[in-house]
Amino acid sequence: MAVLADTTVLLGKELRTEFRSRELLTTTVVFILVVVVLFSFTFDPSAGESRRFGPGLLWLSFLFAASLMLQPCFLREQNNDTLSALRLSVRDPFSIFLAKLSANTLFLLLTEVLMLPVFAILYNVHILGVFLQLVLVLFLGSLGVAIPGTAFSAISAQARMRELMLPLLLLPLLTPVLIASTEATRALLDANPVLRADWLGFLAGFDVVFLTALWLFGEYLLEE
Amino acid sequence: MTAPPFTPTGIRFANIEKRFGSLYALRRVSLEVRPGELVAFAGRNGSGKTTLLRIAARLVRASSGSLSFPGPSGETTDSASRTGFVAHATMVYDELTAEENLLLFARLQGIGDPGARAGALLGEVELSERRKSLVRTFSRGMRQRVAIARALLNEPAVLLLDEPATGLDPQGITWLAHTLSRMRVEGRTVLMSVHGESAISALATRAVRLDAGSVVADTMAGSDMRAILSFANA
Repeated sequence: MAVLADTTVLLGKELRTEFRSRELLTTTVVFILVVVVLFSFTFDPSAGESRRFGPGLLWLSFLFAASLMLQPCFLREQNNDTLSALRLSVRDPFSIFLAKLSANTLFLLLTEVLMLPVFAILYNVHILGVFLQLVLVLFLGSLGVAIPGTAFSAISAQARMRELMLPLLLLPLLTPVLIASTEATRALLDANPVLRADWLGFLAGFDVVFLTALWLFGEYLLEE
Repeated sequence: MTAPPFTPTGIRFANIEKRFGSLYALRRVSLEVRPGELVAFAGRNGSGKTTLLRIAARLVRASSGSLSFPGPSGETTDSASRTGFVAHATMVYDELTAEENLLLFARLQGIGDPGARAGALLGEVELSERRKSLVRTFSRGMRQRVAIARALLNEPAVLLLDEPATGLDPQGITWLAHTLSRMRVEGRTVLMSVHGESAISALATRAVRLDAGSVVADTMAGSDMRAILSFANA
């Protein structure tokens, strides 16, 4: 499969450049850390309050951190017109999106998994027993953020007021992902933890619909 | 290294127009470039040279008109996979080394032995010793050499060059002139935008002058070509 072969090559490039500069990972880790620590000290929540409000706070910080991470995704392809070089080289432009959204999901997931223990300690919630289930929710939620986020990053990179454009386009669209991810996380952090299949199904459906739309129309987003 | 076989390919622009809002970048441009021709596009800044080359590279969609790639006997070929393009920008990653850049694009283009091809091209552009250096540490001329090497990776049947001598030192210009001469002998088609007469524009077999998006002169005669190319300096 030419798309998968090209995606693998491009994903390698994304990982190499990011782990060389650590630009995106550092920004998002610091942002989430500041939000989580700040709210913990401001509200000093009890275990019960943490279980109620913590997941919402956690996902809001992930969402804003993701919008920071997604902004430069296509913007840095414009510095040297490397996007044109990619368009001339790949066999299917979808591979450019697939590589970028895979990298974004991976970076986001890595940041979230790093931040989970900090959240658990500061907010006094138990995550060890449901860690794998949490990672599944984080993966589906992050994918839901990364798919439309990568598409809108391609659009906003070519627009005026690009810094404003991405959050304006993205945040309203991601409200359903935020609600589903928060509810699924809250159910897992409950005193009687449960993996909510309805919210997971919603997240998986959202991911499939937007991935299909990106596959069908992505090529047009890359045109000058 | 043996060059992969290629079909000599020309380019046919038929009534190409490109509008950006109400601004016309190109107005009904019709040109037939035969396989093996080396065409130099001259004209003032904003005359439409870059837009025409980007349309030929299929990076920009024309507002109207059609673009095709005829073979030696006029039949339409699919040359998209065998087009090389050097733009104003270098089209390479500053955060990767010269070698990593060439390997990346060679793999994406499905070149058989990417390492050997990248190594050979880095040797040709005299960057073998700096192959492990990040491109962001290079001078403008060295970046341009990497850019040209990237465009040559797939031994293109059609090479599109937008002011290719930018930043090159005299040795670099001599190497580029030699490379373009070889490509012409092999029957490859080259379209390039130039500013004034140089060792590069002197290789042209045809000169086309654009003005405000229209073709205003098109000649293969030596004296007329010099007039067109020197006009760009005016």
